[in-house]
Amino acid sequence: MIALRTTLAASLALAATLAHADDRYALAPAYVQECGACHTPYPPALLPAESWQRVMAGLAKHYGTDASLDAAAQKSLSDWLLARAGSGKRARVAPPDDRITRGEWFIRKHREVSKAAWTRPAIKSASNCGACHPGAAEGDYDEDRVRIPR
Amino acid sequence: MKNKPLLLLAAAALAAAAGAQAATTTPAELLTGYSAAAKASADAARGQKLFTTQGTKEWSCSSCHGATPTGMGKHASTGKAIQPLAPAFNAERFSDVAKTEKWFRRNCNDVLGRECTPGEKADVLAWLMTLK
Repeated sequence: MIALRTTLAASLALAATLAHADDRYALAPAYVQECGACHTPYPPALLPAESWQRVMAGLAKHYGTDASLDAAAQKSLSDWLLARAGSGKRARVAPPDDRITRGEWFIRKHREVSKAAWTRPAIKSASNCGACHPGAAEGDYDEDRVRIPR
Repeated sequence: MKNKPLLLLAAAALAAAAGAQAATTTPAELLTGYSAAAKASADAARGQKLFTTQGTKEWSCSSCHGATPTGMGKHASTGKAIQPLAPAFNAERFSDVAKTEKWFRRNCNDVLGRECTPGEKADVLAWLMTLK
């Protein structure tokens, strides 16, 4: 019985570890370092491949700023993003301007957030995921942990 | 879990790419280099003026880094927190040649619509080094 219990506990612990390190959500350190320097390192699955392709091809004019990278970094980050681009309900079509925040899925998920909330100084922009999702930098968007600042 | 080997491969490739450009340096060493390239000595007061004055576009350096970049800054469009820029307050700053050049290139372009000259980089760095 004890042996069984130990085995069970061990496999549960392993399952928890694996779930935590789920590849689909793990963010590459280089992605966090390069893209996360200016904004939340957005989950790659929130944009379809065609959007990521355009975004990565236009980094010198990236939503009003110069986010250019050297060729090697641009290539490796593009490959990383394209391998994880979305295809399901979250990213069926490219959103206007390739902005995650203008996609149908994003808008639907945030429909309960009032217009006024978005412009509060602590939030400022819909791209500031971490303002309300404390684990955003690590890819954690669990609804139960959402705290909308006043 | 079938993507695990792929992920590890990608991570290794990214680490190698990052490692290739990680030439370590110091603020003083960079300052010497920029001043030599400009064939002029740096002027901290001129650096402060450049840093805090709005360029040909909407922003100045202070728009994101703060007028005195010894504390946290805030990205002017995304609101993302930015670590202190003055090297005395953040040992990581100006410790990597490629990183320093990358950010000067991008940010000067955002503020001035062009790259900064070695003289301008020297001035700004000289000023940042006076902040203790």
